[in-house]
Amino acid sequence: MQPAVEFRAVTKRYGAAAAVDTISFTIARGDLVTLLGPSGCGKTTTLRLIAGLEHATEGQIRIGGKDVTRLSAAERDVSMVFQSYALFPHMNVLENACYGLLASGIARKRAEEMARSKLALVGLSGFETRLPSELSGGQQQRVAVARAIVLEPEVLLFDEPLSNLDAKLRRHVREEIRALQQDLKLTVVYVTHDQQEALAVSDRVIVMNAARIAQDGTPRALYEQPASRFVADFIGDANLLPVTVRRMDETMAEIRLGSLALTLPHRGAANGSAELAVRPQAVRLGEAGGLPGQVLRAAYLGSHMEYEVGLAGTAAELFVIAPDVSTPIPAGTEVSVTFDPAGLAVVPGS
Amino acid sequence: MMRVWLGLAWAGLVVLPWYGLEAPLRAISALQPEALPALWQGRVWLWPLAIPLLMAIPGRPRLLALSGALGLAWLCIEGLAIGHRGWGAPWLGALFGAPGPTQPALGWGAAVYALSCVMLAAIGLARQGWCRGDVFVLGSLLLVVGLIVLFVGFPVVSILTSAVRDNAGGFAPDLFAEKLFNSSIWGLDCLVGTHACGVAWNTLAQATLVGVLATLLGLAFALAALRTNLPLKPLLRLLSLLPVITPPFVIGLALILLFGRAGVVTNFLALHFDIPRSRWIYGMPGITIAQLLAFTPIAFLVLVGVLGAVSPSLEEAAQTLRAGRWHTFRTVTWPLIRPGLANAFLISFIESLADFANPLVIGGNFNVLSTDIFFAVVGAAHDQGRAAVLALVLLAFTLTAFMAQRAWTGSRSYTTVTGKGDAGLSAPLPGPLRAACYATVLPWLVLTVAVYGIIMAGGFVVTFGRDNTPTLDYLWTAFSIERGVGGWFLSGSGWRSFITTMELALIATPVTAALGLLTAYLLNRQNFMGKGAFEFLAMMSFAIPGTVIGISYILAFNVPPVELTGTGLIIVISFVFRNMPVGIRAGIASLSQVDRSLDEASQTLGARSFRTLRLVIVPILRPAIVTAMVYSFVRAMTTVSAVIFLVSGEYNLATVYIVGRADVGEYGVALVYSAVLIVVMAAVLAGISAVVGRQKIGRRGMLAADQPVVVQA
Repeated sequence: MQPAVEFRAVTKRYGAAAAVDTISFTIARGDLVTLLGPSGCGKTTTLRLIAGLEHATEGQIRIGGKDVTRLSAAERDVSMVFQSYALFPHMNVLENACYGLLASGIARKRAEEMARSKLALVGLSGFETRLPSELSGGQQQRVAVARAIVLEPEVLLFDEPLSNLDAKLRRHVREEIRALQQDLKLTVVYVTHDQQEALAVSDRVIVMNAARIAQDGTPRALYEQPASRFVADFIGDANLLPVTVRRMDETMAEIRLGSLALTLPHRGAANGSAELAVRPQAVRLGEAGGLPGQVLRAAYLGSHMEYEVGLAGTAAELFVIAPDVSTPIPAGTEVSVTFDPAGLAVVPGS
Repeated sequence: MMRVWLGLAWAGLVVLPWYGLEAPLRAISALQPEALPALWQGRVWLWPLAIPLLMAIPGRPRLLALSGALGLAWLCIEGLAIGHRGWGAPWLGALFGAPGPTQPALGWGAAVYALSCVMLAAIGLARQGWCRGDVFVLGSLLLVVGLIVLFVGFPVVSILTSAVRDNAGGFAPDLFAEKLFNSSIWGLDCLVGTHACGVAWNTLAQATLVGVLATLLGLAFALAALRTNLPLKPLLRLLSLLPVITPPFVIGLALILLFGRAGVVTNFLALHFDIPRSRWIYGMPGITIAQLLAFTPIAFLVLVGVLGAVSPSLEEAAQTLRAGRWHTFRTVTWPLIRPGLANAFLISFIESLADFANPLVIGGNFNVLSTDIFFAVVGAAHDQGRAAVLALVLLAFTLTAFMAQRAWTGSRSYTTVTGKGDAGLSAPLPGPLRAACYATVLPWLVLTVAVYGIIMAGGFVVTFGRDNTPTLDYLWTAFSIERGVGGWFLSGSGWRSFITTMELALIATPVTAALGLLTAYLLNRQNFMGKGAFEFLAMMSFAIPGTVIGISYILAFNVPPVELTGTGLIIVISFVFRNMPVGIRAGIASLSQVDRSLDEASQTLGARSFRTLRLVIVPILRPAIVTAMVYSFVRAMTTVSAVIFLVSGEYNLATVYIVGRADVGEYGVALVYSAVLIVVMAAVLAGISAVVGRQKIGRRGMLAADQPVVVQA
């Protein structure tokens, strides 16, 4: 089966600066794929390249197996839910939802029928004659979604759809979008800078940094096997510690961290110095046989404790999350630091 | 699409009369050969026009673009090379033998052919991927550029070419240099001797004086309106509209009636204080007062915008940091509005440079460039070369100031530091400053009221100031309606010019607004090569003084290939291209309030740019469209500087008629007519804003209607 979207070495330049630099990926039909990265990394440009709102400087873009590189947005079988929703303020909800159908030449009566059914699907029956300004933010977003899916596009694009909603609504809308995508078997490309949001909704995540793809994989793969220092740090905070690697066989290596010796998958790292990503939850304080350290700061956050721990003899400070809130360790205490191997990963190529 | 334009191009060559815009119907009935379509003319040089059309093959975009360009190119070449009296340039005669073939001015056939060629080129380029393959965008772009080149660029170039020629048409660079560096333009005798200074220095001194004073006055008004408790806001808003609807010269007229040798104030002072009567008002003092009355409101609008954008929280922050009122004003408010002051100065400076009517009415022996240009053409001298040289000097001044203004406002604006609305109260003005504001604003308001009082009332008394018996005679002279043999008819002397003005302004209005907003759309929403240059060209016509436009149109459109003088069309065209920047500004102002994602949403839903424009942008911009239409209508009704060169017996205009009455001393009729114009304009403005003011779209309230549009007289 043809992939829904395919990028072949696509570059987008503004003047000399590349916003997107030679990236390639494919998106399978029915998948929800997230483009994740810090602001300015090129993720929104990538989304707009799919939509046809920007045109690639080099490379080829294919949608549903067809080369669309030179086609305008109006000619591509994609639709988009904008960050600002971009509802037409002078049209009511039904007119907004019909807009794309009428533009593609469908008779008004039929178009209104289709639009009504999609509005019902997003729970907005009875709001047809309201103006966008008379709706709440969450309702406006549903209109934007209905307006986009009524065209039954090959690919549906979301540009930071949750950023204009308040924190409590976000989780709810996020789940709604995921449920709708799975019910209708839509192919969705979703842009966000929030890594939790990305992990929660995606089949696959493409992490971008500085106009390039940093890593492309399932949420679990990104978290447990980060391909680079950037990914390790961006997806769930990680402490990055300098270590020495000594390969033992095809997969495993002995990792020396100060006086500690650990056995971990080497993930392609060569003998010599490398970096170890340590999740904050994987640090144990106060178990015997560890590295000597000192608690520098401690903070109580209700559900857990957060510590900053200095390792003796190094400049490194560890960020630690500990579930035990009943016996907090006060700042200044000398502690022994050990690690849970499940939260450790050698970062290759660093 | 392509076939339609190709068909039209053929129609232009084969069916429509090639020559003459107004004549063809008459000529066809007389079976004159000039009225025939191009290919039946027997003029061989027209036949190559068919070649590009044969080249235009569907599916060959490169060839299509080339054919459009070739058609246009040959049209320009043959049109400029062969004039109505033989070769268009002497060297052609030397090459091919004088006198050469002749041809009259181009007509409808040529116009349709040229338009079709532009569109064929646009289609060809779009199919090669230019402008994202959007035919509509590319076509509008080429069309607007073509029109601006024809009606702004070509006339300005004509000034240049006629400046370097003598009056017989020969190339004379020596004469040009002599005229350009003539002491009547650049002389500095007034500094050392008793003679008058050169007209260029006069103009610069006048403009600088008015620029500085208008800015200070405008600032005083802005401070009084925004930073004091004076209940002035509604009154000031009204006063700021007045110059828009006031024909530019009536202020000069009113000043003469107040301060002239027989003026009301002069009489009063002579009678009670034995102050001798003099002619002090004629000359620089009079022009200065008149221009200040006319341009201070513009400076005021600019400064109110700037001052209003200074966030109160900044001033509050300064005060919480222990700064007193005066210190706050000096260290926070003043630096923040300084760029606005420079902008207001430059705008008033340009306005004063370009002003024609006030120096004409009240200038006396004090000459400025704009009036000198006029007298060089209409006076006994009738020296078009001198007029062209003067126009060049004036154009150089205004364009320099215009570029300075753009560079300044482009780089030095602090007003959009925060995007968030701030609550808080502005700091009250320091005491002495407030006193200074009041001392400036209140007397000036009295003068303004007196001036407008005279304008409105002066035409309804026998002789203002001397014999104040009320009379309707003047109104009757200008606007009487009588019953004759054939029923009621308009017998007043002013009706004809009034109706002509209304007609031409109404024709020009939708065209101006459409062209202005289309240009705004292209500038604000599309990216293309040479956008900066395009924007500069489009806005430049704003900086070209009306007198320069007038003289350039005479020079450019008096002879083939494009002959328009004496027609109503040339007046309409001058309205359109003088006022188009108003539409562009209104359009850009409100387009930049409409989020781009609306266009993009429409596009991703399958609508192309024309459909997006029609269904999304135009409905949202409706208030801006109305604003643009109102302003271009009002400006067309009140302008005088450009059209005074272009009117003819058949097409006389209201403003020119009034200037003529004032010129022969019939102040009563002139004032009555001005009052009627002001009332009509005010009614139009009030009516429209009552209709538009109600329409609000949602809570985003994207309305441009309440945005002041800075307008040039």
